[in-house]
Amino acid sequence: MLEPASALQLVLSGDPGLFAIVRLSLLVSLSAVLCAALIGVPAGAALALTRFPGRDAVVVILNAMMGLPPVVVGLAIYLLLSRSGPLGSFGLLFTPQAMIIAQTLLVAPIIAALARQTIEDLSAEYRDELTAMDVGPFAKVATLIWDGRFSLITALLAGFGRAAAEVGAVIIVGGNIEGFTRTMTTAIALETSKGDLPMAIGLGVILMGIVILVNALAWATRRTGERYGAA
Amino acid sequence: MMRAPSDELPIRFENVSFAVRDVRAIADLEWAIGGTGTTVLLGPNGAGKTTLLRLAMGLIRPTSGRVSWGGRENVPPTRRAFLFQRPAMLRRSAAGNIHYALAAAGLPRAERNTRATTLLTQVGLEGFGERPARQLSGGEQQRLALARALARDPAVLFLDEPTASLDPASTKSIEDIIRGIAARGVRVVMSTHDLGQARRLADDIVLMHRGRTAETGKAGTFFDAPSTLEARRFLNGDLLI
Repeated sequence: MLEPASALQLVLSGDPGLFAIVRLSLLVSLSAVLCAALIGVPAGAALALTRFPGRDAVVVILNAMMGLPPVVVGLAIYLLLSRSGPLGSFGLLFTPQAMIIAQTLLVAPIIAALARQTIEDLSAEYRDELTAMDVGPFAKVATLIWDGRFSLITALLAGFGRAAAEVGAVIIVGGNIEGFTRTMTTAIALETSKGDLPMAIGLGVILMGIVILVNALAWATRRTGERYGAA
Repeated sequence: MMRAPSDELPIRFENVSFAVRDVRAIADLEWAIGGTGTTVLLGPNGAGKTTLLRLAMGLIRPTSGRVSWGGRENVPPTRRAFLFQRPAMLRRSAAGNIHYALAAAGLPRAERNTRATTLLTQVGLEGFGERPARQLSGGEQQRLALARALARDPAVLFLDEPTASLDPASTKSIEDIIRGIAARGVRVVMSTHDLGQARRLADDIVLMHRGRTAETGKAGTFFDAPSTLEARRFLNGDLLI
């Protein structure tokens, strides 16, 4: 029963090892969300605003990819980056960059699918007005993204929640190397198996705190949007 | 201030039909919109009023026949504006909605503030500029949409059932604004279900029935001495099927 007290002491004492892990986790997940946003928002917008044969199938596949198993993504990236893989020459396996790539692949479908839904709904609502105002295609996309900003931010936060909480992909492509590729989730898995419960519980508490904070931000974003008539 | 003449007028319909999956909403229609004043489209649901307005605005293209603006086809709506029955409010403030329309119309940034204030005042929304547009009441949203349409400085303004589902006070304020717009030389073409509104606003009437014009003419003549059976039945309150 001493573990929770020890864990709290570890968190409060500002243990440098623990905070290095937290810092790397945030760096990897935030970078992945940024990359995924740069891919997912334009891809979602393009899918929302274009019509082509097989589009419905693409939408269904994209929606299904929101539930990609992290271990499968980790395995795919591992095969790509391993020494004998097509991208092996870059030497990225077991680096934070590999973890960012894997999490980007996990998060981009979530952001793209939610952005597609947001922009498609908004486009249906605005289509006549924007046509009557003779708004060009690029200005139209910019308008839809801007007016959908609160929903899109919520999509980014959902993506961040997914990235920060997953363990399967980062442990496969990062290798859980101490001081280099060890994140909160991989450390919790390792410390638990080693029996170092205070460290695992301490990290778990911080991770839960981050997840709650992200959800609070998502909620606040939506409330702010509603208040300004923008949600 | 009278509007400058527009090269988008007259709008001419030549043998125009519009169909969706073999159902014809407009059938072999000949019509022209020119001159001045207010034309009111009357007719039962499904008569083709909204489709006619959308064709005239250029929002949809005819299935067959030709719609031209000042003798040309496919003319972008530079001096045409449309008020939809249920206008979409952009997710910004009331003033932001007008600024957007002014920018789309190509008005220089430096002139937008003054013009937005003038437009808000014109539709009785002075002091509402900072309010989120989507939180305004139905009548206020309709007036804001009207100000947004006027941001294009239109030579012709189309209104599709502009007061449907509004209370009498909101209806009156919209009608007063429409009257003011027409008095300044803007060509107004609107649809309505409300015969009283047609009497109050129309210079000319077009009675639509089954995608065709059943009767056209001056409002006074239409109401006092309709020449067709459809018009007489419509004015009597009979169901036109």
